[in-house]
Amino acid sequence: MPTEILMPALSPTMEEGKLAKWLVKEGDDVSAGDVIAEIETDKATMEVEAVDEGKVGKILVAEGTENVKVNAVIAVLVGEGESTEAIAATPAPAPAEAPSAPAPEPVPAAAGVGAAPKFEPASDPDIPAGTEMVEITVRQALNEAMAEEMRADENIFVMGEEVAEYQGAYKVTQGLLQEFGARRVIDTPITEHGFAGIGVGAAFAGLKPIIEFMTFNFAMQAIDQIINSAAKQLYMSGGQVTAPIVFRGPNGPASRVGAQHSQDYSAWYSHVPGLTVIAPYSAADAKGLLKAAIRSPNPVVFLENELLYGQNFEVPKLDDYVLPIGKARVVREGKDVTIVSYSMGMRYATEATEKLVAEGVDVELIDLRTLRPLDSDTVVESVKKTGRCVTVEEGWPQGSVGSEIASRLMEQAFDYLDAPVLKVTGKDVPMPYAANLEKLALPNVDEVVAAVNQVTYRS
Amino acid sequence: MARAATSAKSTRTTSKRKPATKAAPQDNAPSFTKDEELHAYRDMLLIRRFEEKSGQLYGMGEIGGFCHLYIGQEAVVTGVQMAARPEDRSITGYRDHGHMLAVGMDPSGIMAELTGRAAGLSKGKGGSMHMFSTEKRFYGGNGIVGAQVSLGTGLAFAAKYRGDDEVALVYFGDGAANQGQVYESFNMAKLWSLPVVYIIENNRYAMGTSLERGSSQTDLSQRGASFKIPGEQVDGMDVRFVRDAATRAIEHARSGKGPYILEMLTYRYRGHSMSDPAKYRSKDEVQTMRAEHDPIEQVKSRILANKYASEDDLKAIEKEVREIVTGAADFATSAPHPDASELWTDVVLDAAE
Repeated sequence: MPTEILMPALSPTMEEGKLAKWLVKEGDDVSAGDVIAEIETDKATMEVEAVDEGKVGKILVAEGTENVKVNAVIAVLVGEGESTEAIAATPAPAPAEAPSAPAPEPVPAAAGVGAAPKFEPASDPDIPAGTEMVEITVRQALNEAMAEEMRADENIFVMGEEVAEYQGAYKVTQGLLQEFGARRVIDTPITEHGFAGIGVGAAFAGLKPIIEFMTFNFAMQAIDQIINSAAKQLYMSGGQVTAPIVFRGPNGPASRVGAQHSQDYSAWYSHVPGLTVIAPYSAADAKGLLKAAIRSPNPVVFLENELLYGQNFEVPKLDDYVLPIGKARVVREGKDVTIVSYSMGMRYATEATEKLVAEGVDVELIDLRTLRPLDSDTVVESVKKTGRCVTVEEGWPQGSVGSEIASRLMEQAFDYLDAPVLKVTGKDVPMPYAANLEKLALPNVDEVVAAVNQVTYRS
Repeated sequence: MARAATSAKSTRTTSKRKPATKAAPQDNAPSFTKDEELHAYRDMLLIRRFEEKSGQLYGMGEIGGFCHLYIGQEAVVTGVQMAARPEDRSITGYRDHGHMLAVGMDPSGIMAELTGRAAGLSKGKGGSMHMFSTEKRFYGGNGIVGAQVSLGTGLAFAAKYRGDDEVALVYFGDGAANQGQVYESFNMAKLWSLPVVYIIENNRYAMGTSLERGSSQTDLSQRGASFKIPGEQVDGMDVRFVRDAATRAIEHARSGKGPYILEMLTYRYRGHSMSDPAKYRSKDEVQTMRAEHDPIEQVKSRILANKYASEDDLKAIEKEVREIVTGAADFATSAPHPDASELWTDVVLDAAE
């Protein structure tokens, strides 16, 4: 019986990759553990080992092929005396569709996202008319933001785990070591509390550190330095000592990584005076706001999202694209209901908006982009027009960003509200591992649609 | 437990000693010139009198919250500061008044901060534990035990990054020496050869927990051994030994050899803070230290024995110091409170500035 060799996944979020190289050819004998191929994604490279022994009967995906789907059959091993004749008929063109996955559960919504929905804002006041747009990933946008700022200011350096030689655990710092050298792109030991403090001390002394946390889950080890040392320093010193520092890295649930690696800290940091908190969704906002964060004289917590790193968005081709901190974006203007979200929540919000608009609901969609200072004015103005508001985020419900929006609308737009403000959030449980449970724990498009139907009394 | 071999092994054997007593001055002590003795005497006396006044004002309700006095430990910061250069940066924990005086920060500004007035060094918004001076390169004044060790290592990182010739002087106590981030910082400081001197002010008690009750390795000078950081124990009650050891340690750091640890064996006469129950140690212990090892009395008796100054000369110094302290207290208790509008200032800087 021939054995199929499948395109492996390097990570829970990988959907496809490049088959970079075959290290065996048809007719070769292989044993379990032999390295037979190399695959690449924008995040990492990996060697493919044979799991069974046999003879390479057929190579079905040529080396150099891009966009090979995870679980596609890339080669077939035949056993002693087996013929390769039958294999030629095996329909497995590359890039192939993923065969029926072994897991009976549906792919988690977050991991299964395809390309970002195209949603053209009516206008973007931050981009001059006629500007050429280029499509890049959020990862590239963040990388360009750091590189551009580092070229302009010698005092900026990047420090964190695996930011240099490994090229970034999520490849956000890829190439920075090569361009700026080991003095300015610094690998640390696994010691978040320590290097966060060292970063803050260096900022006190006048440098402009970018501290990368491999994920914000690990920043809990360092949160004392972020809050007690960085955020409060200016105030405690009567304005004398500043801490111009950026703490950045992926925040929020990734995919199938369990409770300790799947938390959204947006509300936590947004609670703290002295901090600036930014959580962009699109690549353009990621770039423009990271550049602004690096230039800020204040400590900034810059919350990225792992699942968005590989997503493509249009970014204006400008030499120096810097966005204002503290300004929400009205992504779509509408008059029936306001949906407010940020970061990955915008994914659900955008898809829900598309559905609702198709059903005739004129949605106004707002991407907060900055969580502190929170742009209440834009939200309040919108709700004065629509009279209804739904918030969307992946974080837990109690004390959430949505809770804060609801509170401010009570204070500032009470007389304009035609329905209670509803929150769509992650569920009030630690993140489960099982695919079906994880999907249930996250917010989804249907919940957003249902909430909008409720506040517009359509349900 | 066998000590790890470090490059400081030889130096530590020469400098480790019991605190000197008036009765038995030690022959191997580094010598101070007349000017150095008088300088040390004046600086230590200023800290002593300032702290006594702080305690008094606390008792009167003029100073609120927490107030941790440095009385008994004056030789440590005075001696280290005598070995430092003006461009060296320093940082400490919450027992910080002595350090601020030693680096030359304004006593009136410090006292006005203690009383929470607008003229305080942090505009009355910091308090006892949170004062800073970019001019004197003093970075606090930190209320979280051990946090200053990572922050101070960051000061050293900045010096190395810029190629500056400065050293970071990072003070912390025997209690902070058990915090995890101290060792994270030690590791990176040695890994990157950062110009930092870690000065552990071992006053024997972390609040009310004695060193023996809280530390498995009580020789804190060896706490850097697993990171290959040399360290030595120093008689922290004798300013001459402090200055001598600090000179070597700072030179080590400044010359690019990386971090160095000085464990200063010292003692605080007062409680951990003003609300200390003082049940964890005997009055005799405190009295013995005061009577036999007082850092100021040691200098005073040497000055008189060597005829560097007369009793009258010392009284004149005492008078000058008292005037400074009284002036600071008068200023601090009469200066205006912060304007209510200050509540909202200095939270963040305007990004457009």
